[in-house]
Amino acid sequence: MSVDFLIETAKKIQVVINDNSSEIEKLDQEIGDGDHIFNVQRGIKLVIELEPIIKDLIMSKALNQIAMKVLSGIGGSSGALFGTLFMTMAKGNAIDEGVDYKKAIEIFAEGVEAVKQRGKADVGEKTMMDVLIPVSNCLKKGVEDDKDLKEILKEAVEVAEKGMFSTKDLLATKGRASFLGERAKGHIDPGARSSQLMIKTVCESVINS
Amino acid sequence: MKKFMNSADDFLKESLQGFGAAHQDVVSCHYDPNFITRATPTKEGKVALISGGGSGHEPMHGGLVGHGMLDAACPGFVFSSPTPDQMLAAAEKVDSGAGVLFIVKNYSGDVMNFQMAAEMMQGPNESVLTNDDVAVEDSSFTTGRRGVAATVVVEKIVGSLAEHGGSLHECKALGDKVNKNSGSMGVAFSSCTVPAAGKPNFDIGDDEMEFGVGIHGEPGRRRDKMKSAQEITNELLEAINEDLKPEANEEILLFVNGMGGTPLTELYLIYHNAKNMLDKKNIKISRSLVGNYCTSLEMQGASITLTKLDEELVKHWDSNVHTAAMRWGM
Repeated sequence: MSVDFLIETAKKIQVVINDNSSEIEKLDQEIGDGDHIFNVQRGIKLVIELEPIIKDLIMSKALNQIAMKVLSGIGGSSGALFGTLFMTMAKGNAIDEGVDYKKAIEIFAEGVEAVKQRGKADVGEKTMMDVLIPVSNCLKKGVEDDKDLKEILKEAVEVAEKGMFSTKDLLATKGRASFLGERAKGHIDPGARSSQLMIKTVCESVINS
Repeated sequence: MKKFMNSADDFLKESLQGFGAAHQDVVSCHYDPNFITRATPTKEGKVALISGGGSGHEPMHGGLVGHGMLDAACPGFVFSSPTPDQMLAAAEKVDSGAGVLFIVKNYSGDVMNFQMAAEMMQGPNESVLTNDDVAVEDSSFTTGRRGVAATVVVEKIVGSLAEHGGSLHECKALGDKVNKNSGSMGVAFSSCTVPAAGKPNFDIGDDEMEFGVGIHGEPGRRRDKMKSAQEITNELLEAINEDLKPEANEEILLFVNGMGGTPLTELYLIYHNAKNMLDKKNIKISRSLVGNYCTSLEMQGASITLTKLDEELVKHWDSNVHTAAMRWGM
């Protein structure tokens, strides 16, 4: 994983998120306050705009720049959670000496764990953690079992989709949808949908590379 | 969408610029990162009170910056939490060495961003989390009750204590006490439109109301058919009383808050109806506040907040205040 890869992937994510923006907005209006898609779109745009500043930086510094930009530029829960994800990844052990796929999976998993702490949300609470935690576990397991990278990533795409759909029948206990009680049932969580799209894009861009 | 705006991107900045210029005797606005401070520096040794939240609830919080209330406010984008860099910049400007008290409404985004600011900050700081909205359940299975209009009451009362030399610990304790002794509930007749979204946050029929609505138009307890003002007021007060349990002869603050699109005429009518019911229950209204303080853009609707008062709270409620939105005694 290089800084170039981060920037190129952000560009691919931007296309996918924009293609699905009205769906995500609608999901959020049903059970949230409607701002999630704008936060995500703003965040991705800000990261892409960082290209000239971060392209020649070492990995830890580039990730830290992304973290601070996401944190200050998005606001809301998304900013704090994605900021925490990148800030934690930036602190990954020895990442400036090169990030192979095993290292990338290791720091991603550390990032997801930090996001879990920040948001105090676990699997089953109708949030993006229903996507991120299973994906993180699936990736770690794949490395442990010494599976082929493409196979691991294909599995991660499926796990992400399953996690996203699982939020439909869940009762929200975290985030703004929690105020709805039973009324949130039957709707997919918008944060789960946007994170699933991002995971899918990242994994597929590696699979197809 | 019909709004006074030139572009969605400049909406917040232009509004802040107008606010800063109109009230330059009381506040000064700082940009990138955005925060509002008093026009004069914090007195040495005074605890600095910083609040903030998404924009769209004006005058909360910028309009509550000034003598006797906040030292700084951090406005986020419309209905979106402010970010840690705003809180850190504000704290650097207003911390006079006695510490910083953050006053935060209980919404996930606000809580996380203020928490990150507190972690990154050097120097003593504490936070008061408001969660006065009785419409939604408070249990270990939810994010908890939302912080709404009682935040204004917390900021007034704690602001007075800080002005009178209260320590960081005392200010935090008093803030928690006011929050615990307050309950609010709101109702909406119409939706509101976030400028960047361009369309209403939720759909609601001409003959419907959202009972227990949140200040971003989040759903509350139920969707009801319209009723008379007295019936609506009674139901709001019943929900609050069930939670707050004021006793007969207990003194309370009755705060009728407009959501932005309901005229004062109707807010005073609600006040009258609320007084009818509270009189019947022998609950003594000893202080009052009526107006648009904790709004939801152009939403038609109102909320009622009751705060149980004692001598200490009355003293701090009555003390001098001079902000853009609230001024008495000076």
